[in-house]
Amino acid sequence: MSDPAVDPDEVRHVADLARIALDEDEATRFARQFQDVLAAFETLDDVPEVEQETDLTNVMRPDEERACLDRDDALRNAPETEDGYFTGPRVS
Amino acid sequence: MDYNGYVTEQRIEGADDGPLTGTTVAVKDNISTAGVRTTCGSAMLADYVPPYDATVVERLKAAGATITGKTNMDEFGMGTTTETSAFGLTDNPAAPGHVPGGSSGGSAAVVAAGDADLALGTDTGGSVRCPAAFCGVVGIKPTYGLVSRYGLVAYANSLEQIGPIAPTVEAAAELLSVIAGPDERDATTRDAASEGSDYDYAAAADGDVSDMTVGIPSELVDGADQVVREVFRDAVEDLESQGAETVTVDLPSVEHAVEAYYVIAMSEASSNLARFDGVRYGTAASETAGEVEGDWNESFAAVREAGFGEEVKRRILLGTYALSAGYHDKYYEKAQDARAWVQQDFDAALEEADVLASPTMPVPPFEQGESLDDPMTMYLADANTVPVNLANLPAISVPAGETDEGLPVGLQFVGPAFGEHAIVRAGSALA
Repeated sequence: MSDPAVDPDEVRHVADLARIALDEDEATRFARQFQDVLAAFETLDDVPEVEQETDLTNVMRPDEERACLDRDDALRNAPETEDGYFTGPRVS
Repeated sequence: MDYNGYVTEQRIEGADDGPLTGTTVAVKDNISTAGVRTTCGSAMLADYVPPYDATVVERLKAAGATITGKTNMDEFGMGTTTETSAFGLTDNPAAPGHVPGGSSGGSAAVVAAGDADLALGTDTGGSVRCPAAFCGVVGIKPTYGLVSRYGLVAYANSLEQIGPIAPTVEAAAELLSVIAGPDERDATTRDAASEGSDYDYAAAADGDVSDMTVGIPSELVDGADQVVREVFRDAVEDLESQGAETVTVDLPSVEHAVEAYYVIAMSEASSNLARFDGVRYGTAASETAGEVEGDWNESFAAVREAGFGEEVKRRILLGTYALSAGYHDKYYEKAQDARAWVQQDFDAALEEADVLASPTMPVPPFEQGESLDDPMTMYLADANTVPVNLANLPAISVPAGETDEGLPVGLQFVGPAFGEHAIVRAGSALA
Protein backbone atom coordinates (compact mmCIF):
# COMPACT_ATOMS: atom_id res chain seq x y z
CA MET A 1 0.00 0.00 0.00
CA SER A 2 1.47 3.33 -0.99
CA ASP A 3 0.51 6.49 0.78
CA PRO A 4 -1.35 8.80 -1.54
CA ALA A 5 0.70 11.86 -2.33
CA VAL A 6 -1.28 15.06 -2.19
CA ASP A 7 0.24 18.36 -3.23
CA PRO A 8 -1.23 21.86 -3.00
CA ASP A 9 -1.98 21.85 -6.74
CA GLU A 10 -4.17 18.79 -6.36
CA VAL A 11 -5.94 20.40 -3.40
CA ARG A 12 -6.59 23.49 -5.53
CA HIS A 13 -7.96 21.31 -8.35
CA VAL A 14 -10.44 19.63 -5.98
CA ALA A 15 -11.31 23.03 -4.48
CA ASP A 16 -12.02 24.25 -7.99
CA LEU A 17 -14.41 21.32 -8.56
CA ALA A 18 -16.10 22.13 -5.23
CA ARG A 19 -16.29 25.86 -6.06
CA ILE A 20 -14.30 26.96 -3.03
CA ALA A 21 -11.48 29.47 -3.38
CA LEU A 22 -8.47 28.80 -1.12
CA ASP A 23 -5.53 30.92 -0.12
CA GLU A 24 -1.95 29.63 -0.32
CA ASP A 25 -1.72 28.77 3.37
CA GLU A 26 -4.93 26.76 3.30
CA ALA A 27 -3.90 24.80 0.21
CA THR A 28 -0.56 23.90 1.82
CA ARG A 29 -2.11 23.00 5.17
CA PHE A 30 -4.88 20.93 3.56
CA ALA A 31 -2.32 19.03 1.44
CA ARG A 32 -0.51 17.96 4.60
CA GLN A 33 -3.71 17.04 6.47
CA PHE A 34 -5.25 15.21 3.50
CA GLN A 35 -2.20 12.98 3.41
CA ASP A 36 -3.14 11.62 6.86
CA VAL A 37 -6.85 11.33 6.14
CA LEU A 38 -6.42 9.64 2.76
CA ALA A 39 -3.89 7.21 4.24
CA ALA A 40 -6.63 6.21 6.68
CA PHE A 41 -9.16 5.90 3.85
CA GLU A 42 -6.72 3.55 2.08
CA THR A 43 -7.25 0.96 4.84
CA LEU A 44 -10.73 0.41 3.36
CA ASP A 45 -8.87 -1.74 0.81
CA ASP A 46 -8.91 -4.48 3.47
CA VAL A 47 -12.71 -4.55 3.61
CA PRO A 48 -14.13 -7.62 1.88
CA GLU A 49 -16.89 -7.27 -0.67
CA VAL A 50 -20.12 -7.53 1.30
CA GLU A 51 -23.50 -8.45 -0.03
CA GLN A 52 -25.63 -5.40 0.70
CA GLU A 53 -29.06 -6.53 1.78
CA THR A 54 -31.42 -3.62 1.60
CA ASP A 55 -35.08 -3.72 2.47
CA LEU A 56 -35.63 -0.36 0.85
CA THR A 57 -38.92 0.43 -0.79
CA ASN A 58 -39.87 3.45 -2.84
CA VAL A 59 -42.24 5.86 -1.15
CA MET A 60 -44.62 7.34 -3.70
CA ARG A 61 -47.37 9.93 -3.56
CA PRO A 62 -49.89 11.06 -6.17
CA ASP A 63 -48.45 13.74 -8.44
CA GLU A 64 -51.05 16.33 -7.54
CA GLU A 65 -50.83 20.08 -7.26
CA ARG A 66 -50.63 21.29 -3.70
CA ALA A 67 -49.76 24.36 -1.68
CA CYS A 68 -46.09 25.22 -1.56
CA LEU A 69 -43.86 27.97 -0.22
CA ASP A 70 -45.12 31.48 -0.96
CA ARG A 71 -42.90 33.29 -3.47
CA ASP A 72 -42.22 36.26 -1.18
CA ASP A 73 -41.20 33.87 1.62
CA ALA A 74 -38.94 31.94 -0.72
CA LEU A 75 -37.19 35.15 -1.81
CA ARG A 76 -36.91 36.70 1.64
CA ASN A 77 -33.42 35.34 2.41
CA ALA A 78 -31.93 36.16 -0.97
CA PRO A 79 -29.27 38.88 -0.92
CA GLU A 80 -30.62 40.26 -4.20
CA THR A 81 -33.89 39.80 -6.07
CA GLU A 82 -35.52 41.42 -9.05
CA ASP A 83 -39.17 41.28 -10.18
CA GLY A 84 -39.88 38.20 -8.09
CA TYR A 85 -36.76 36.31 -9.14
CA PHE A 86 -33.44 35.48 -7.54
CA THR A 87 -30.60 37.55 -8.91
CA GLY A 88 -27.36 35.80 -9.80
CA PRO A 89 -23.99 37.39 -9.23
CA ARG A 90 -22.87 40.15 -11.58
CA VAL A 91 -19.76 39.06 -13.33
CA SER A 92 -17.48 40.94 -15.65
CA MET B 1 -20.46 32.34 33.82
CA ASP B 2 -21.26 32.87 30.16
CA TYR B 3 -20.57 29.54 28.55
CA ASN B 4 -22.04 30.63 25.18
CA GLY B 5 -24.64 27.88 24.90
CA TYR B 6 -26.96 29.78 22.57
CA VAL B 7 -26.44 31.40 19.19
CA THR B 8 -29.87 33.03 19.48
CA GLU B 9 -31.90 33.33 22.68
CA GLN B 10 -35.53 33.83 21.76
CA ARG B 11 -38.61 32.35 23.36
CA ILE B 12 -41.18 30.59 21.19
CA GLU B 13 -44.33 29.68 23.10
CA GLY B 14 -46.08 26.40 22.41
CA ALA B 15 -49.70 25.31 22.82
CA ASP B 16 -51.44 25.92 26.17
CA ASP B 17 -52.10 22.29 26.87
CA GLY B 18 -49.85 19.36 26.13
CA PRO B 19 -47.41 16.89 27.62
CA LEU B 20 -44.61 19.49 27.55
CA THR B 21 -46.60 22.51 28.85
CA GLY B 22 -44.39 24.31 31.35
CA THR B 23 -41.27 22.62 29.99
CA THR B 24 -38.46 24.55 28.30
CA VAL B 25 -36.69 23.00 25.32
CA ALA B 26 -33.61 24.38 23.53
CA VAL B 27 -33.23 23.58 19.83
CA LYS B 28 -29.97 23.05 17.97
CA ASP B 29 -29.33 25.76 15.43
CA ASN B 30 -29.49 23.50 12.37
CA ILE B 31 -33.19 22.77 12.95
CA SER B 32 -35.48 25.25 11.19
CA THR B 33 -37.62 27.61 13.28
CA ALA B 34 -40.06 29.81 11.35
CA GLY B 35 -39.16 33.47 11.85
CA VAL B 36 -36.18 32.71 14.12
CA ARG B 37 -32.76 32.71 12.52
CA THR B 38 -31.12 29.34 12.00
CA THR B 39 -27.38 29.67 11.42
CA CYS B 40 -25.98 26.11 11.58
CA GLY B 41 -23.10 27.76 13.43
CA SER B 42 -21.93 29.20 10.11
CA ALA B 43 -21.15 32.72 8.91
CA MET B 44 -22.77 31.59 5.65
CA LEU B 45 -26.20 31.54 7.35
CA ALA B 46 -25.64 34.30 9.94
CA ASP B 47 -28.79 36.11 8.77
CA TYR B 48 -30.84 33.17 7.48
CA VAL B 49 -34.43 33.14 8.78
CA PRO B 50 -36.38 30.00 7.79
CA PRO B 51 -39.86 30.54 6.36
CA TYR B 52 -41.15 27.33 7.96
CA ASP B 53 -40.80 25.11 11.03
CA ALA B 54 -39.09 21.74 11.03
CA THR B 55 -41.53 18.91 11.79
CA VAL B 56 -39.91 18.36 15.20
CA VAL B 57 -40.42 22.05 16.04
CA GLU B 58 -44.09 21.84 15.04
CA ARG B 59 -44.42 18.81 17.32
CA LEU B 60 -42.68 20.59 20.22
CA LYS B 61 -45.05 23.55 19.92
CA ALA B 62 -48.11 21.31 19.63
CA ALA B 63 -46.95 19.45 22.76
CA GLY B 64 -46.88 22.75 24.67
CA ALA B 65 -43.13 23.20 24.98
CA THR B 66 -41.59 26.65 25.37
CA ILE B 67 -38.58 26.87 23.07
CA THR B 68 -35.81 28.92 24.71
CA GLY B 69 -33.63 29.52 21.68
CA LYS B 70 -31.17 28.07 19.21
CA THR B 71 -28.07 26.38 20.56
CA ASN B 72 -24.47 26.65 19.45
CA MET B 73 -22.92 23.85 17.43
CA ASP B 74 -19.97 22.89 15.30
CA GLU B 75 -20.44 24.51 11.90
CA PHE B 76 -23.01 22.45 9.96
CA GLY B 77 -22.56 19.69 12.56
CA MET B 78 -18.97 19.06 11.53
CA GLY B 79 -16.99 18.58 14.71
CA THR B 80 -16.63 16.81 18.01
CA THR B 81 -15.97 19.85 20.23
CA THR B 82 -18.30 22.77 19.29
CA GLU B 83 -15.13 24.77 18.62
CA THR B 84 -15.74 25.15 14.87
CA SER B 85 -18.78 27.42 15.30
CA ALA B 86 -18.56 30.84 13.67
CA PHE B 87 -20.17 32.15 16.88
CA GLY B 88 -17.37 31.14 19.21
CA LEU B 89 -16.78 28.04 21.29
CA THR B 90 -19.08 26.78 24.04
CA ASP B 91 -17.62 26.04 27.45
CA ASN B 92 -18.54 22.85 29.32
CA PRO B 93 -20.64 23.72 32.39
CA ALA B 94 -19.83 20.30 33.90
CA ALA B 95 -16.07 20.69 33.34
CA PRO B 96 -15.15 24.36 32.75
CA GLY B 97 -12.18 24.90 30.45
CA HIS B 98 -13.02 21.71 28.58
CA VAL B 99 -15.03 21.30 25.41
CA PRO B 100 -18.72 20.30 25.75
CA GLY B 101 -18.36 17.77 22.95
CA GLY B 102 -20.00 18.18 19.61
CA SER B 103 -21.50 18.85 17.41
CA SER B 104 -24.59 19.47 19.60
CA GLY B 105 -22.43 21.04 22.33
CA GLY B 106 -24.72 24.00 22.99
CA SER B 107 -27.74 21.73 23.50
CA ALA B 108 -25.94 19.53 26.03
CA ALA B 109 -24.42 22.56 27.78
CA VAL B 110 -27.73 24.39 28.35
CA VAL B 111 -29.24 21.20 29.82
CA ALA B 112 -26.17 20.58 32.01
CA ALA B 113 -26.29 24.20 33.22
CA GLY B 114 -30.03 23.96 33.94
CA ASP B 115 -30.84 26.81 31.55
CA ALA B 116 -33.28 24.61 29.64
CA ASP B 117 -35.14 21.55 30.90
CA LEU B 118 -34.52 19.60 27.69
CA ALA B 119 -32.90 20.07 24.29
CA LEU B 120 -32.86 18.72 20.76
CA GLY B 121 -29.60 17.84 19.07
CA THR B 122 -28.74 16.01 15.88
CA ASP B 123 -26.56 12.93 15.61
CA THR B 124 -24.79 12.15 12.33
CA GLY B 125 -21.82 10.29 13.83
CA GLY B 126 -22.26 10.83 17.56
CA SER B 127 -23.23 14.50 17.76
CA VAL B 128 -25.93 13.92 20.41
CA ARG B 129 -24.16 11.18 22.37
CA CYS B 130 -20.70 12.79 22.52
CA PRO B 131 -21.85 16.10 24.07
CA ALA B 132 -24.23 14.22 26.38
CA ALA B 133 -21.27 12.15 27.60
CA PHE B 134 -18.92 15.14 27.96
CA CYS B 135 -21.52 17.28 29.80
CA GLY B 136 -22.79 14.51 32.11
CA VAL B 137 -26.33 14.35 30.70
CA VAL B 138 -28.44 11.85 28.72
CA GLY B 139 -28.70 11.80 24.91
CA ILE B 140 -30.54 9.49 22.52
CA LYS B 141 -29.73 8.83 18.86
CA PRO B 142 -32.96 7.24 17.52
CA THR B 143 -33.23 4.46 14.96
CA TYR B 144 -32.79 5.89 11.45
CA GLY B 145 -36.27 6.80 10.23
CA LEU B 146 -37.93 7.17 13.64
CA VAL B 147 -37.77 10.99 13.68
CA SER B 148 -38.53 13.28 10.74
CA ARG B 149 -35.62 15.23 9.29
CA TYR B 150 -37.92 17.70 7.49
CA GLY B 151 -36.52 21.16 8.25
CA LEU B 152 -33.16 19.86 9.41
CA VAL B 153 -30.40 21.48 7.37
CA ALA B 154 -28.79 18.42 5.82
CA TYR B 155 -25.18 17.39 6.43
CA ALA B 156 -25.22 13.62 5.69
CA ASN B 157 -28.78 12.48 5.05
CA SER B 158 -28.24 8.73 5.21
CA LEU B 159 -26.70 8.92 8.70
CA GLU B 160 -28.36 11.69 10.68
CA GLN B 161 -31.25 11.74 13.13
CA ILE B 162 -32.62 14.39 15.49
CA GLY B 163 -32.51 13.23 19.11
CA PRO B 164 -33.31 14.39 22.66
CA ILE B 165 -30.91 15.54 25.38
CA ALA B 166 -32.12 15.60 29.01
CA PRO B 167 -30.94 15.35 32.62
CA THR B 168 -32.56 11.91 33.05
CA VAL B 169 -33.33 8.90 30.86
CA GLU B 170 -37.04 9.23 31.59
CA ALA B 171 -37.13 12.88 30.49
CA ALA B 172 -35.20 12.06 27.30
CA ALA B 173 -37.64 9.23 26.60
CA GLU B 174 -40.63 11.57 27.05
CA LEU B 175 -39.16 14.09 24.61
CA LEU B 176 -38.47 11.31 22.10
CA SER B 177 -42.15 10.30 22.26
CA VAL B 178 -43.13 13.86 21.27
CA ILE B 179 -40.87 14.10 18.21
CA ALA B 180 -41.01 10.49 16.92
CA GLY B 181 -43.35 9.13 14.28
CA PRO B 182 -43.86 9.13 10.52
CA ASP B 183 -44.03 12.34 8.49
CA GLU B 184 -45.17 12.52 4.88
CA ARG B 185 -42.61 15.29 4.31
CA ASP B 186 -39.71 12.92 5.08
CA ALA B 187 -40.04 9.78 2.98
CA THR B 188 -37.39 7.98 5.05
CA THR B 189 -39.56 7.98 8.19
CA ARG B 190 -41.20 4.77 9.33
CA ASP B 191 -43.96 4.02 11.82
CA ALA B 192 -42.52 2.32 14.91
CA ALA B 193 -45.94 0.71 15.44
CA SER B 194 -45.42 -1.22 12.19
CA GLU B 195 -41.98 -2.33 13.40
CA GLY B 196 -43.15 -4.14 16.53
CA SER B 197 -42.66 -1.13 18.81
CA ASP B 198 -44.73 1.71 20.27
CA TYR B 199 -44.13 5.34 21.23
CA ASP B 200 -44.42 5.14 25.04
CA TYR B 201 -40.69 5.15 25.66
CA ALA B 202 -40.88 6.54 29.19
CA ALA B 203 -42.77 3.40 30.24
CA ALA B 204 -39.54 1.48 29.70
CA ALA B 205 -37.58 3.70 32.11
CA ASP B 206 -38.21 1.34 35.02
CA GLY B 207 -34.56 0.50 35.71
CA ASP B 208 -35.34 -3.22 35.59
CA VAL B 209 -32.39 -4.95 33.95
CA SER B 210 -32.84 -8.24 35.81
CA ASP B 211 -33.85 -10.08 32.62
CA MET B 212 -31.44 -8.30 30.31
CA THR B 213 -28.35 -9.58 28.56
CA VAL B 214 -25.79 -6.87 27.93
CA GLY B 215 -23.21 -7.56 25.21
CA ILE B 216 -19.82 -5.94 25.55
CA PRO B 217 -17.86 -5.55 22.31
CA SER B 218 -14.20 -5.61 23.29
CA GLU B 219 -13.33 -3.67 20.12
CA LEU B 220 -15.14 -0.64 21.57
CA VAL B 221 -13.64 -0.93 25.06
CA ASP B 222 -9.98 -1.84 24.57
CA GLY B 223 -9.14 1.31 22.63
CA ALA B 224 -10.44 3.65 25.32
CA ASP B 225 -8.26 5.57 27.79
CA GLN B 226 -7.64 3.71 31.02
CA VAL B 227 -9.50 6.32 33.11
CA VAL B 228 -12.52 5.81 30.87
CA ARG B 229 -12.27 2.00 31.04
CA GLU B 230 -12.22 2.12 34.85
CA VAL B 231 -15.43 4.15 35.04
CA PHE B 232 -17.01 1.89 32.41
CA ARG B 233 -16.10 -1.29 34.34
CA ASP B 234 -17.60 0.09 37.53
CA ALA B 235 -20.82 0.88 35.67
CA VAL B 236 -20.94 -2.63 34.18
CA GLU B 237 -20.48 -4.10 37.67
CA ASP B 238 -23.33 -1.90 38.81
CA LEU B 239 -25.54 -3.37 36.06
CA GLU B 240 -24.49 -6.92 37.03
CA SER B 241 -25.33 -6.22 40.67
CA GLN B 242 -28.81 -5.23 39.49
CA GLY B 243 -29.21 -8.63 37.83
CA ALA B 244 -28.09 -8.00 34.26
CA GLU B 245 -26.14 -10.75 32.56
CA THR B 246 -23.09 -9.64 30.57
CA VAL B 247 -21.50 -11.42 27.62
CA THR B 248 -18.57 -10.55 25.39
CA VAL B 249 -19.44 -10.06 21.71
CA ASP B 250 -17.31 -9.48 18.61
CA LEU B 251 -17.61 -6.63 16.14
CA PRO B 252 -14.58 -7.15 13.87
CA SER B 253 -15.91 -4.73 11.23
CA VAL B 254 -15.73 -1.66 13.48
CA GLU B 255 -12.00 -1.45 12.85
CA HIS B 256 -12.97 0.22 9.56
CA ALA B 257 -15.98 2.17 10.81
CA VAL B 258 -14.33 5.58 11.27
CA GLU B 259 -12.86 5.58 7.76
CA ALA B 260 -16.12 4.33 6.21
CA TYR B 261 -18.11 6.89 8.15
CA TYR B 262 -15.95 9.82 7.06
CA VAL B 263 -15.94 8.78 3.40
CA ILE B 264 -19.75 8.55 3.39
CA ALA B 265 -20.40 11.64 5.53
CA MET B 266 -17.97 13.84 3.60
CA SER B 267 -19.28 12.61 0.26
CA GLU B 268 -22.86 13.42 1.25
CA ALA B 269 -21.73 16.77 2.69
CA SER B 270 -19.99 17.77 -0.54
CA SER B 271 -23.29 17.34 -2.34
CA ASN B 272 -25.58 18.82 0.34
CA LEU B 273 -23.50 21.95 0.88
CA ALA B 274 -23.36 22.73 -2.83
CA ARG B 275 -26.55 24.77 -2.34
CA PHE B 276 -24.76 27.51 -0.43
CA ASP B 277 -23.78 29.88 -3.21
CA GLY B 278 -24.99 33.27 -2.00
CA VAL B 279 -27.93 33.44 -4.42
CA ARG B 280 -30.98 32.08 -2.55
CA TYR B 281 -29.53 32.66 0.91
CA GLY B 282 -26.17 33.43 2.41
CA THR B 283 -23.94 36.35 1.73
CA ALA B 284 -23.81 37.85 -1.75
CA ALA B 285 -20.52 37.85 -3.59
CA SER B 286 -20.64 41.64 -3.78
CA GLU B 287 -20.63 41.79 0.04
CA THR B 288 -17.74 39.38 0.54
CA ALA B 289 -15.29 40.02 -2.24
CA GLY B 290 -16.51 43.09 -4.07
CA GLU B 291 -17.07 42.66 -7.78
CA VAL B 292 -15.54 39.35 -8.77
CA GLU B 293 -13.53 39.18 -11.95
CA GLY B 294 -14.44 36.13 -13.98
CA ASP B 295 -17.41 33.79 -14.34
CA TRP B 296 -20.19 32.67 -12.00
CA ASN B 297 -18.11 29.79 -10.69
CA GLU B 298 -15.46 32.19 -9.47
CA SER B 299 -18.10 34.29 -7.82
CA PHE B 300 -19.56 31.26 -6.03
CA ALA B 301 -16.04 30.16 -5.02
CA ALA B 302 -15.43 33.56 -3.42
CA VAL B 303 -18.75 33.39 -1.50
CA ARG B 304 -17.94 29.90 -0.26
CA GLU B 305 -14.39 30.80 0.71
CA ALA B 306 -15.69 33.64 2.88
CA GLY B 307 -18.76 31.86 4.28
CA PHE B 308 -17.39 28.45 5.27
CA GLY B 309 -15.00 27.74 8.12
CA GLU B 310 -11.95 25.55 7.75
CA GLU B 311 -13.40 22.22 8.91
CA VAL B 312 -16.36 22.59 6.55
CA LYS B 313 -14.05 23.34 3.63
CA ARG B 314 -11.91 20.36 4.59
CA ARG B 315 -14.89 17.98 4.56
CA ILE B 316 -16.37 19.33 1.32
CA LEU B 317 -13.00 18.98 -0.40
CA LEU B 318 -12.37 15.46 0.91
CA GLY B 319 -15.90 14.44 -0.09
CA THR B 320 -15.43 15.92 -3.55
CA TYR B 321 -12.14 14.03 -3.84
CA ALA B 322 -13.71 10.73 -2.72
CA LEU B 323 -16.45 11.03 -5.33
CA SER B 324 -14.26 12.25 -8.17
CA ALA B 325 -13.44 10.13 -11.22
CA GLY B 326 -11.08 7.27 -10.41
CA TYR B 327 -11.66 7.40 -6.67
CA HIS B 328 -15.37 6.59 -6.40
CA ASP B 329 -14.90 2.82 -6.50
CA LYS B 330 -11.80 2.96 -4.35
CA TYR B 331 -13.29 4.96 -1.50
CA TYR B 332 -17.07 5.32 -1.73
CA GLU B 333 -17.90 1.78 -2.86
CA LYS B 334 -15.56 0.27 -0.27
CA ALA B 335 -17.11 2.45 2.41
CA GLN B 336 -20.54 1.11 1.46
CA ASP B 337 -19.18 -2.43 1.78
CA ALA B 338 -17.82 -1.55 5.22
CA ARG B 339 -21.20 -0.08 6.17
CA ALA B 340 -23.01 -3.28 5.18
CA TRP B 341 -20.44 -5.31 7.12
CA VAL B 342 -20.95 -3.18 10.24
CA GLN B 343 -24.70 -3.68 9.92
CA GLN B 344 -24.29 -7.47 9.73
CA ASP B 345 -21.94 -7.45 12.71
CA PHE B 346 -24.39 -5.54 14.88
CA ASP B 347 -27.25 -7.78 13.81
CA ALA B 348 -25.25 -10.85 14.83
CA ALA B 349 -24.14 -9.33 18.15
CA LEU B 350 -27.71 -8.33 18.96
CA GLU B 351 -28.77 -11.95 18.47
CA GLU B 352 -26.67 -12.74 21.52
CA ALA B 353 -27.64 -9.75 23.67
CA ASP B 354 -30.57 -7.37 24.22
CA VAL B 355 -28.31 -4.32 24.11
CA LEU B 356 -24.61 -3.64 23.64
CA ALA B 357 -22.61 -1.46 26.06
CA SER B 358 -19.42 0.53 25.55
CA PRO B 359 -17.89 3.82 26.63
CA THR B 360 -19.63 6.55 24.59
CA MET B 361 -16.33 8.32 23.98
CA PRO B 362 -12.91 6.66 24.28
CA VAL B 363 -11.55 9.78 25.99
CA PRO B 364 -12.69 12.26 28.66
CA PRO B 365 -13.59 15.79 27.49
CA PHE B 366 -10.68 17.48 25.67
CA GLU B 367 -9.26 20.72 26.96
CA GLN B 368 -10.28 23.65 24.78
CA GLY B 369 -8.03 24.07 21.74
CA GLU B 370 -6.36 20.71 22.31
CA SER B 371 -7.26 18.98 19.10
CA LEU B 372 -8.11 21.47 16.38
CA ASP B 373 -4.89 21.21 14.40
CA ASP B 374 -4.95 17.48 13.80
CA PRO B 375 -8.16 16.42 12.03
CA MET B 376 -7.43 12.69 11.89
CA THR B 377 -6.91 12.46 15.67
CA MET B 378 -10.18 14.28 16.15
CA TYR B 379 -12.00 11.93 13.75
CA LEU B 380 -10.71 8.88 15.65
CA ALA B 381 -12.41 10.15 18.81
CA ASP B 382 -15.67 9.15 17.09
CA ALA B 383 -14.68 5.47 16.99
CA ASN B 384 -17.46 4.27 19.33
CA THR B 385 -20.30 6.42 18.06
CA VAL B 386 -20.05 6.27 14.24
CA PRO B 387 -20.66 2.50 13.90
CA VAL B 388 -24.17 3.03 15.26
CA ASN B 389 -25.01 5.57 12.55
CA LEU B 390 -23.60 3.26 9.87
CA ALA B 391 -25.86 0.51 11.21
CA ASN B 392 -28.96 2.79 11.46
CA LEU B 393 -29.49 1.64 15.07
CA PRO B 394 -30.70 3.43 18.23
CA ALA B 395 -28.29 4.29 21.03
CA ILE B 396 -28.35 6.19 24.29
CA SER B 397 -25.52 7.83 26.24
CA VAL B 398 -25.98 7.96 30.01
CA PRO B 399 -23.65 9.36 32.68
CA ALA B 400 -21.52 6.51 34.03
CA GLY B 401 -19.46 8.47 36.53
CA GLU B 402 -16.42 10.72 36.59
CA THR B 403 -12.68 10.38 36.28
CA ASP B 404 -10.52 11.13 39.35
CA GLU B 405 -10.20 14.65 37.95
CA GLY B 406 -13.96 15.07 37.95
CA LEU B 407 -14.47 14.79 34.19
CA PRO B 408 -17.76 13.19 33.08
CA VAL B 409 -17.69 9.77 31.39
CA GLY B 410 -20.63 8.46 29.38
CA LEU B 411 -21.75 4.89 28.75
CA GLN B 412 -23.47 4.01 25.49
CA PHE B 413 -26.13 1.34 25.05
CA VAL B 414 -26.94 0.26 21.49
CA GLY B 415 -30.18 -1.57 20.67
CA PRO B 416 -31.74 -3.31 17.68
CA ALA B 417 -33.62 -1.25 15.08
CA PHE B 418 -36.72 0.30 16.71
CA GLY B 419 -35.51 -1.15 20.03
CA GLU B 420 -35.66 2.23 21.81
CA HIS B 421 -37.43 0.61 24.78
CA ALA B 422 -34.47 -1.68 25.42
CA ILE B 423 -31.88 1.12 25.49
CA VAL B 424 -34.15 3.30 27.64
CA ARG B 425 -34.61 0.42 30.10
CA ALA B 426 -30.89 -0.33 30.29
CA GLY B 427 -30.02 3.35 30.58
CA SER B 428 -32.53 3.94 33.36
CA ALA B 429 -30.67 1.44 35.54
CA LEU B 430 -27.77 3.90 35.62
CA ALA B 431 -29.34 7.36 35.25
